[in-house]
Amino acid sequence: MGYNRITEHPILSIPERETVSFTWNNVTMTGYAGEMISSTLIANGIQVFGHHPKDKSPQGIYCANGQCSQCLVIADGLPVKACMTPLKSGMQIQSADGLPALPLLKAANGFEQVPIENTQVLIIGGGPAGLAAAVELGRLNVPTLLVDDKDRLGGKLVLQTHKFFGSQADSYAGTRGYEIGDILAGQLSGFFSVRVWLEATAVGVFADRVIGVVTKDSYRLIRPNKVLVATGAREKMLAFPGNTLPGVYGAGAFQTLVNRDLIKSSKRILIVGGGNVGLIAGYHALQADMQVAALIEALPEPGGYKVHADKLKRMGVPILTRHTVVAAHGSDHLEAVTVARLDDNWNIIKGSEKTYEVDTLLIAVGLAQVDEFYYKAKQFGIDVFTAGDAQEIAEASAAMFTGRMAGHRIAQSLGLDVGEMPEDWQAKAKILKSRPGVPVQRELPRQQEGIVPVFHCYQEVPCNPCTTVCPQKAIFTKNNTLTGLPYRQSDEACNGCLNCVAVCPGLAITLIDYRKDKDLATVTLPYEVGRAAVEKGQQIGVMDVDGTLLGNYEVVNIRKKKKYPQTLLVQVRMEKQIAPKAVGIRVQLQACEPAEIYTKAPLPDEAIICRCERITAGQIREAIRSGVRDMNQLKALNRAGMGSCGSKTCRPMIWRIFQEEKIDLGQVTDRVDRPLFVEVPMGYFAGVKKG
Amino acid sequence: MQTCYDVIIVGAGSVGVPTALALGKQDLKTLVIDMRPSPGQGENKHAIGGIRATHSDPAKIIAGQRSLEIFSTWQQVHGDDIEWQKGGYAFPVYRNQEADLLKSHLPVQKSFNLNIDFVDAQSMQQILPGINSGGLMGGTFSPDDGSASPLLAINAFYRKACEAGVTFRFNEKVTKLNCSNAKINGVMTNKGNFYSAPVVIDVAGAGSNELTQAVGCDELVISEAHEAGITEPVAPFCPTMVVDLRSVAGSKNYYFYQNKHGQVVFCITPDPPVIGQLYDETSTFLPQICARMVNLMPRLQNIRVRRVWRGLYPMTADGSPLVGWNTQVEGLLHAIGMCGQGYMLGPGLGEILARMILKTNNKDDQIVLESFSLERDLSCRVEAFK
Repeated sequence: MGYNRITEHPILSIPERETVSFTWNNVTMTGYAGEMISSTLIANGIQVFGHHPKDKSPQGIYCANGQCSQCLVIADGLPVKACMTPLKSGMQIQSADGLPALPLLKAANGFEQVPIENTQVLIIGGGPAGLAAAVELGRLNVPTLLVDDKDRLGGKLVLQTHKFFGSQADSYAGTRGYEIGDILAGQLSGFFSVRVWLEATAVGVFADRVIGVVTKDSYRLIRPNKVLVATGAREKMLAFPGNTLPGVYGAGAFQTLVNRDLIKSSKRILIVGGGNVGLIAGYHALQADMQVAALIEALPEPGGYKVHADKLKRMGVPILTRHTVVAAHGSDHLEAVTVARLDDNWNIIKGSEKTYEVDTLLIAVGLAQVDEFYYKAKQFGIDVFTAGDAQEIAEASAAMFTGRMAGHRIAQSLGLDVGEMPEDWQAKAKILKSRPGVPVQRELPRQQEGIVPVFHCYQEVPCNPCTTVCPQKAIFTKNNTLTGLPYRQSDEACNGCLNCVAVCPGLAITLIDYRKDKDLATVTLPYEVGRAAVEKGQQIGVMDVDGTLLGNYEVVNIRKKKKYPQTLLVQVRMEKQIAPKAVGIRVQLQACEPAEIYTKAPLPDEAIICRCERITAGQIREAIRSGVRDMNQLKALNRAGMGSCGSKTCRPMIWRIFQEEKIDLGQVTDRVDRPLFVEVPMGYFAGVKKG
Repeated sequence: MQTCYDVIIVGAGSVGVPTALALGKQDLKTLVIDMRPSPGQGENKHAIGGIRATHSDPAKIIAGQRSLEIFSTWQQVHGDDIEWQKGGYAFPVYRNQEADLLKSHLPVQKSFNLNIDFVDAQSMQQILPGINSGGLMGGTFSPDDGSASPLLAINAFYRKACEAGVTFRFNEKVTKLNCSNAKINGVMTNKGNFYSAPVVIDVAGAGSNELTQAVGCDELVISEAHEAGITEPVAPFCPTMVVDLRSVAGSKNYYFYQNKHGQVVFCITPDPPVIGQLYDETSTFLPQICARMVNLMPRLQNIRVRRVWRGLYPMTADGSPLVGWNTQVEGLLHAIGMCGQGYMLGPGLGEILARMILKTNNKDDQIVLESFSLERDLSCRVEAFK
């Protein structure tokens, strides 16, 4: 079963699962039947899944999403992606060291024609956008096929344990992401016109306007009338020496391991990137009882929602702005990361390097649209639509909304009498996709009597569930917009029900009750981190919005709202004067101090750009300096982008090196993209008869 | 910018770049112009990499032998690895008709001292471990043939040609062949440049028709679209190029080999041919070729296909290249219609083209040029082809 498992979680329940035995390099171990091999291995303390055939460097989990092939292992004699292959009882798994051998086989029993089927609409991707579109099309009774490569609908919603922003009416604000996935999937099951294929990966778009889909046991061709690409996004990577070490991976991959698979994958992490993905990953790490050494961000302020950043800060996670990663260190697995300060010209300030001993480095430096399906379909004249991150990178709440809009548009394009798209949809989509505003100062309430809600909400983001849950209708947002900051109608209107405190996705609302004591106020703080379970009578550290300790106070009561059971409402009694400043409870007691090891600064030329073929920044720079201006020639010369993933990770980094070399990008020819988007065994295409 | 050259080559592809190298070595001031952004971005990069001398036509054998020599000794002579593998070519057979056809070529092949024989089923199983033995009759095997990376090879030729003083202009398209009194004197390009030279070589491959039409000549090349693919790398098991000649519904022959990285590279000939400059991948290709490959070599069912692509075979009516001086325009030399063998014939042909310009052709060259002549009668076969 392995020891690196999450056995308690403040939000997620731990399901009962069937334990099975398997072998790893001939050693017997146990895991859960049906969980991905990668998670089984990490649960058993195995981070190194093999070594790259070219440079023998260690490989492990990287994208955890079936795209990159870095997690290759040999299962029952065949090379497979560990993150996409479920564990079976008695499986013999070997590390992938060197090239896998192709076992000899007897002649096939015969071959079956690859089936081809027609559908009105094909939706690629069952995440928030694809699901919302499918619901809309199901409602309109349009024959629709939705394919998704995972074994469960929801896409990345499945990984989101936090409460959603947006509005309750349009995007389930206040509900946790994984629950939204289940709600949408449940709605879908009621529509007869929508079929869902799980564990079905779209692998190519072809000129005869057919899309190839690989299911669990066969290859099928789909000829759709309309295609919706709802394929989401992939995580961007950074170039620094040591970036291929197992233990360096994306924040999304981390959330997959922790929140979907309930693996305690790390002891201590460092996060690069202060966007919402990085900030939320830090929060998820704390919820799963891992230490977060720091979150670093190259910009002067984190780019994500201030409420997310504030949450991390007051839990004791330092946020180091104007910092970058210098190098990752370790022999077979990540052991430490060196970071340094940046000057105004984005150069590292010599002498500012700090090295943290961590076992995991999460890269959260942005997302890139998964748009290869869209462009190929466009090229071949297929009537294609996009929604969600595949259309524009934004929050999942926006993805649900643009999915619904795409469903409507597709129905229109099929000539169905669905009417015009409601006028306010475009405006709503725009708001949901909007970037957060500039944080503002707002005065804390001066009233020191009765019941006072305090909104530690200082930045306009599309979010208003506090306004809808208030039974008194006492909370409004400025100008009644979704992005406006929340305010209270009047000094009287609050009955102390605590709904707003429990629903706020940013954990940014507190409630002060001045009625019970002359000198002391009772402050209710939302809390959803399991570490050091909070108990009545306990002294806890109470933090202000920026993570400064206000003092230690006694817990007088702990409450829960039925609708939001995972958010504990912790009540502390403290001095009236500072009560309005209280926002959260300290989680990490000790800061993780930088260590004095790994002082040698490696050359950035060592950074791997193409992971699949292990091509370094230096090699690419050399080719560019020798005059190469065509990405196809670059590929011909040194194989950069020729690997399994099809340049999904390295392409933006190669463009960046062209930029760094001050090459006019107008002179550079982009690479030609070809199917397949993921590798598929020949036997599937051949239609080999089973048995 | 220099605009005066001894020779202008139109096309930096499988034939053009080795030809440029051969001319550069002879100290001829040579300019290569290509509309694409770098060497080999036309059909060269679509080639799967097989190189053989074991053809049935003496002209191809001669050009192929010299090419094979250049490819196979490249690393020894020039130092850079072009991933040459002496894996041989195997044509396994399961039917009498293919056995008879292959055996009928052996006398000519042996007369050129080519190392090729018809081997029995058991030997074929040793050459191709894991081949379907049911009904296997043996086949021909030529161990001296092999493969090299088209991508690395053309860049190696390119680098050497640059070192030999050849000038390359990429992203520039020849829009006009300039003639005066039926004699060529240079080319115009889409960038408004005029380059002069007394000799222009048309090695524009599938793009040749556009050029020749411009000087009032016939279209000589018919583009046939073929699809190809490549797998993930696996441990070495089959460096040999395997060619299955059987025709079945929908396709003629197909062929594959494992390159130096361990990846299996494969290609098929569709039947009927798909005519046109088509580069878009179809959904037909993978099911079609994979069923045939897995049938021939069952172990292939577990190898994972990584990428597919489509390229062109610039065909001629009789399946042989067209090499020679244009009869209407003096100074215009064609080396086109390589019928999918430009990569493996290019280096040998390049040297022959250089000797044509220097007027130093030898006896073997004459055999090649006679067979590949533009003046041979193609007309009746063009009809048959249609």
